[in-house]
Amino acid sequence: MNRRSFNTLAALAMAAGLVAADGNTGAWAEDKAPGRIVVAGGDLTEIVFALGAGDSVIGVDQTSNFPPEAAEREQIGYVRRLSPEGVLSLTPDLVIAAHDAGPDIALEQLEAAGVAIARAPETDAAAAIPEKIRFVGQAIDRADAAEALAARFEADFASVKDKVATIGSSPRVLFILGIRNGAPMIGGTGTTADNMITLAGGVNAGAGVEGYKPMSREAIIAAAPDAILVMSQHADRIGGLDVILDLPEVALTPAGQARRGIAMEGMLLLGFGPRTPDAIAELARALHAENAVAAGL
Amino acid sequence: MEATLRLGRRLASPALLLLGLLVAALALAGLALGPVEIPPPRVIAALFGGGTPAESAIVWQIRLPRVLLGLATGAALALAGAALQGVLRNPLADPGLIGVTGGASLGAVATIVLGGFVAGALPAGLRPFLLPVAAFFGAALVISFVFALARRGGETSVATLILAGVAVNAIAGAAIGAMVYVSDDTQLRDLTFWTMGALGGAGWTLVFAAGALAVAALPVLLARARDLDLFQLGERAAFHAGLDVERSKLAIGLATAVAVGAVTAAAGPIGFIGLVAPHLARLALGPRHAILLPASALMGMALILAADLCVRLAVPPAEPPIGLATSLIGGPFFLWLLLRGRGGRGHA
Repeated sequence: MNRRSFNTLAALAMAAGLVAADGNTGAWAEDKAPGRIVVAGGDLTEIVFALGAGDSVIGVDQTSNFPPEAAEREQIGYVRRLSPEGVLSLTPDLVIAAHDAGPDIALEQLEAAGVAIARAPETDAAAAIPEKIRFVGQAIDRADAAEALAARFEADFASVKDKVATIGSSPRVLFILGIRNGAPMIGGTGTTADNMITLAGGVNAGAGVEGYKPMSREAIIAAAPDAILVMSQHADRIGGLDVILDLPEVALTPAGQARRGIAMEGMLLLGFGPRTPDAIAELARALHAENAVAAGL
Repeated sequence: MEATLRLGRRLASPALLLLGLLVAALALAGLALGPVEIPPPRVIAALFGGGTPAESAIVWQIRLPRVLLGLATGAALALAGAALQGVLRNPLADPGLIGVTGGASLGAVATIVLGGFVAGALPAGLRPFLLPVAAFFGAALVISFVFALARRGGETSVATLILAGVAVNAIAGAAIGAMVYVSDDTQLRDLTFWTMGALGGAGWTLVFAAGALAVAALPVLLARARDLDLFQLGERAAFHAGLDVERSKLAIGLATAVAVGAVTAAAGPIGFIGLVAPHLARLALGPRHAILLPASALMGMALILAADLCVRLAVPPAEPPIGLATSLIGGPFFLWLLLRGRGGRGHA
């Protein structure tokens, strides 16, 4: 039931995105590519810059931290809490919004003020990234560059997957999103972290829960992860990987005993942007060590 | 005390006029100022249908509903707070204390987390109203429950009312906690931001609905000024002075639930105003409710409009939650009044 309604929503979001894209490209066909773009969604920002339209980007949301020059653009705040007038003050021609950007009323108000909105399709697996790249290409009138980037992505993605498939080992990996009130938040099934761990040839040790949920200390010990994966931002904030590896529940696991903690930049690891094949390779190298080198990663 | 009262009465009308002017000025500023710079003549042109499409969209679709919702929210929260502080004879009472806000939050959070199951059955046009309607009914349900609990043998015990409110708040908090636990991360982010409150999240229809309910409920509270004065003598004395104590309590309770439920449904729970605006009014103009009630309402409107201006001008193009600004503006102002008034009045 849950899954089905989720899929329906995803389909709706995609349909909305496609409709928006069609409407927009129609309007620009006689015009030219949009000159002032605001992007709400770090993955979309990466794609716009990768397509060479970075100079047109005038505003980005909080998650847009790559490439580094993206972070120098005007900051429109949190992607689900956009201020319509704030965005309007940048006088954009186009707002490229992640599927979960909001609130809906803000996007409606932006449209009422004459700003074109391109709503991206939802990406619930790495395999859907080329679709997102093509969507952005259409929205900013760089379809050819997008086709090339999508093709390169598909080739890189396939090559990384082939190499990972030749690795014999499959360590158990626990992704810790954050430590709140003592209980670590774990990336369970259906999360981006779960998808990335699997793609890098690991087994998600947090598969007992669905979504991001706090996991009890004993459950973590029982999950017996061989490695702990965190976002580097989070590790920095709490004072380094050692703090996590020293947690009593983690110290008792194989990962804690072998001191195997992996920190990766959040948008690289979980962004589902064009850098995802690199992220998979990096994670695989960290997980499989010499096996990964032997596989050519 | 008597001198203060007389002074309060003499100063009342100019002070109310001043407050009214302040609110009007802030409302105009709310229309004229924002991250997008529109010169005042252009704002006026846009208001009367003359501006460019972008200007009229900003003024009509973004700023005007926001200002109106701010006025309704400020007045409803402050007036409800003043009336509850009067009825309960408790200076710490605010709409949150007897569970109205908790009930509204529970309704809203339940919609965010579980609404997906219901929304599919609703026609698309009605879906945006699911959350405010649920929040409103949450508030109404909680307040009727609390009043029913506190009513024994035809009498409503104020002490039971407050204690039942505390208990209901705890239950609502637990239920919200359970919802938070089963929510996915998108829902979690939504409800975190909903609980911070915002004036910018409501469109015209919602503003109309909330505004109409607030406008219907507020005169009921304003008309109870004499009742509230009598309540200060204690319920028994009020009864002997000829007041229908039960009827009065019920009317005030219901009007509070309607007003606070409606604006909370549209703007989210905005704390602090309901508690502090009445105290500000009391410190400045004395305790007589005929003046205190309208002064609280004006104070509430001024506070919330000022807070909204702050959040939209602070770090454009982003916008911090309004709850931060209401406390940041109201807190120090309140402390200043408190310290200033300490010499004259022992207990405000």
